[in-house]
Amino acid sequence: MIGFATRRFVQAMIVMLVVALLSFTMFRFVGDPVNQMVGIETSLEEREALRERLGLNDPIPIQFYNFLSKAVRFDFGTSYQFRQPVSDLFAKRIPATLELSFTSALFALVVGVPMGIFAGLNRESPISKLFLSVSLIGISLPTFFIGILLIFLFSVTLQWLPSFGRGETVQIGSWWTTGFLTVSGLKALILPSITLGLYQMTLIMRLIRAEMLEVIRTDYIKFARARGLPDRLVNFRHALKNTLVPVVTITGLQLGSIIAFATITETVFQWPGMGLLFLQAVQNVDIPIMSAYLLLTAFMFVAINFIVDILYFLIDPRLRVGRP
Amino acid sequence: MSVLDIRDLTVEFPGRKSVFVAVDDVSLSVEAGKILGVVGESGAGKSTVGNAVIGLLQEPGHIAGGEIFLHDQRIDQLPYKQQRLLRGRRIGMIFQDPLTSLDPLQTVESQLVETIRTHLPLTGTQARERAIELIDAVGIPDPEERIGQYPHQFSGGMRQRVVIALALCAEPELVIADEPTTALDVSIQAQILELMKKLCSERNVAMMVITHDMGVIADITDHVAVMYHGKLVEYGETTKVLGAPEHPYTQSLISAVPRPDIKVDRFPVVNYIEAAGTPQRQIDISTHWLGKARDFSTISGPLVRIRDLDMRFETRGSIFPSRRKYFQAVKKVSFDIEQGETFGLVGESGSGKSTIARLITGLYQPTSGSILFGATDLTSLKNRRDVLAMRRQMQMIFQDPYSSLNARMRVREIIAEPIRFHKLASGNAEVRRIVDDLLDHVGLGTAAGQKYPHEFSGGQRQRISIARALATRPRFLICDEPTSALDVSIQAQILNLLKDLQEELRLTMLFISHDLAVVRQMCNRIGVMRHGELCEVSGCDELFEAPQHAYTRELLNLMPSMELLSRASLEPA
Repeated sequence: MIGFATRRFVQAMIVMLVVALLSFTMFRFVGDPVNQMVGIETSLEEREALRERLGLNDPIPIQFYNFLSKAVRFDFGTSYQFRQPVSDLFAKRIPATLELSFTSALFALVVGVPMGIFAGLNRESPISKLFLSVSLIGISLPTFFIGILLIFLFSVTLQWLPSFGRGETVQIGSWWTTGFLTVSGLKALILPSITLGLYQMTLIMRLIRAEMLEVIRTDYIKFARARGLPDRLVNFRHALKNTLVPVVTITGLQLGSIIAFATITETVFQWPGMGLLFLQAVQNVDIPIMSAYLLLTAFMFVAINFIVDILYFLIDPRLRVGRP
Repeated sequence: MSVLDIRDLTVEFPGRKSVFVAVDDVSLSVEAGKILGVVGESGAGKSTVGNAVIGLLQEPGHIAGGEIFLHDQRIDQLPYKQQRLLRGRRIGMIFQDPLTSLDPLQTVESQLVETIRTHLPLTGTQARERAIELIDAVGIPDPEERIGQYPHQFSGGMRQRVVIALALCAEPELVIADEPTTALDVSIQAQILELMKKLCSERNVAMMVITHDMGVIADITDHVAVMYHGKLVEYGETTKVLGAPEHPYTQSLISAVPRPDIKVDRFPVVNYIEAAGTPQRQIDISTHWLGKARDFSTISGPLVRIRDLDMRFETRGSIFPSRRKYFQAVKKVSFDIEQGETFGLVGESGSGKSTIARLITGLYQPTSGSILFGATDLTSLKNRRDVLAMRRQMQMIFQDPYSSLNARMRVREIIAEPIRFHKLASGNAEVRRIVDDLLDHVGLGTAAGQKYPHEFSGGQRQRISIARALATRPRFLICDEPTSALDVSIQAQILNLLKDLQEELRLTMLFISHDLAVVRQMCNRIGVMRHGELCEVSGCDELFEAPQHAYTRELLNLMPSMELLSRASLEPA
């Protein structure tokens, strides 16, 4: 197990290195960073001085090394548009995105898993068929459309929930702000997290249903029934646990994409998270923010994948011993 | 007094167009401490009887008539919840495949304890003690330690013991075993049957064994019920039914069982009702494409000579050679296959017999050693053209007729593919004519060419595989367990077909099987394999009459005795 974890860790490091190289290339070679930073009337000498100061005249490998060592310390330089350190900007935005992602992932799991189990066990029931048809909507409608639809229904027509922003937030520690502790913060979370999690929810539901149908047919489930075990044990201890390996994979990957693709939802709801920041950066060609965003999302994907790989070991004992 | 009493049981599966009667008016009973065997071929409805008793009929099947009594209590009409309480508590069930009947993610202990605690009012510790006792009783060494392990850490035979322990958890009065040893090797099968017999008499359990294997029936049952197409055709004491079968179906079924003790020229075919495929137009081999003088170089001496063949698989990879681990699948094996003979390879699973077949056909590269096909060393062929030329001369027939045919291709295309690939015929019209002839010759008929593999039964599919193998006009045929997935009557037909083809086409065959009786009927010489080594090679009769190697003797002893089977039925009627 430790050997496996180490191997995976090394692989994750390689992926991160490649992404860092991409991100560095973008930062260094897409446009001239100095031109982006200074005005038109800056003299050539001043430009050269800035160039020297930023280390842009060093050999490329050294520049990459410096970029890496700064990135490890969470230092991504200064944003062109805000004239602030990129890390500070992200620090302010990360809590918002993480809370939104976490809530929508929770929503997707809490609603999707039971629906999937139900639809898998009661294949012919009209409710399962209803679930399936409704889930088609979740899969086929684009996120922004669902968001706008929800805003129209709950904010404009019914006026129950706010249509944008995080509501009131509470400061925890030096840089974390949370919307979980105030009523308006919680209210503001509802619409965006449903919008963001709907697709994942339907995906998880359909996956669990398909896996359940598969597992229910296996001999060990028949044998468990033939031993007279109560349905609760058969369905949850034996059947559900055996569906988990593929479900954990997909859920993990989806969690990554929830964080990475929160951009659209954040734009629709004007949610002050990383996605919104990224979109603004794209509009203003703010390369440091873009390259930092690239690195951060890649890091989250890699980290989640790593955790998923370790989870396999906890779920499936066959992987634990004597892997050939 | 009988424990289980089935009276006039009828089970129906309503379909879209008609109702399929899976079990038709069957009456059986089992007494405490006795074993009843239910025997029949696939589709005979024998498993359905077992499922009906335990109340687990597959939807939409239902009991349409009759009564089932367990100790005079009627159980076929109980509500779901009470029926569930019977399962495991009063009726235990053993399934066919021990590899799939245990939950892979739970330890043996947790599966035992949960079953015990479902049925008996015990605390966790008491249940665990009982679980250990049970594991000990079914003959698993170190029960204390092994109970905490997961199913994948047990071998097939050991897992079947765990399954038996699970079935016996709550001291049921009746145990239903559905093909309990079909997935196991002969030596393991003998042990499991022994164990079942012992537990049955020690615990005074009534047992119903459902099987297609006459050997199992002859070995352990007290009574036997023969089923055919849902109907009970013969029922009585095992010695009587097997010794002097009255019904023609029982007679032909028994005669189709390959005998290890007597060699016969052809297998008697079960000719009751089901014909051995419609009689087809036979082609005259001497003038046909198939039998045409082949462009193979003539070979003097043995066709295949295998010398010091070694094959090892890496089981743990490492960049340091010293840390790598290997599994030695084939160890220093040498033997010859003469031209025109059938050479048999027998052994238990994992003994390396299939690996040898794959090495000869070039699916694997041997670690060392040489395979001479005529004068050519197959291991030293470099050039793709030479390899293809060699491959054309040898063809393989695989065990599983379900996965060895491409499900998305029509049968005609499947058979035509090798002809086209090797450019053995000129023009589509000729290919088509050859394919039609081949289909006729293996007894399927030309019409079969239009269909897809899934439209055929296992035996018919194996005929397709044979036709495909013949399509390159090979001189050497490798059959890897060609009939072990088939019923006895179908097996007899396929083996007869192979024998006929061999004579007509003067084929050389390597015949791999775990079934000694089949090997005896098919082969001229036999090699016995164990743990990758070739223990003994000798002529067929010598091997059975006077085995030299201790392991061969052991294998022969383990074969279910056929003495009960009537010799009279062997005479052609």
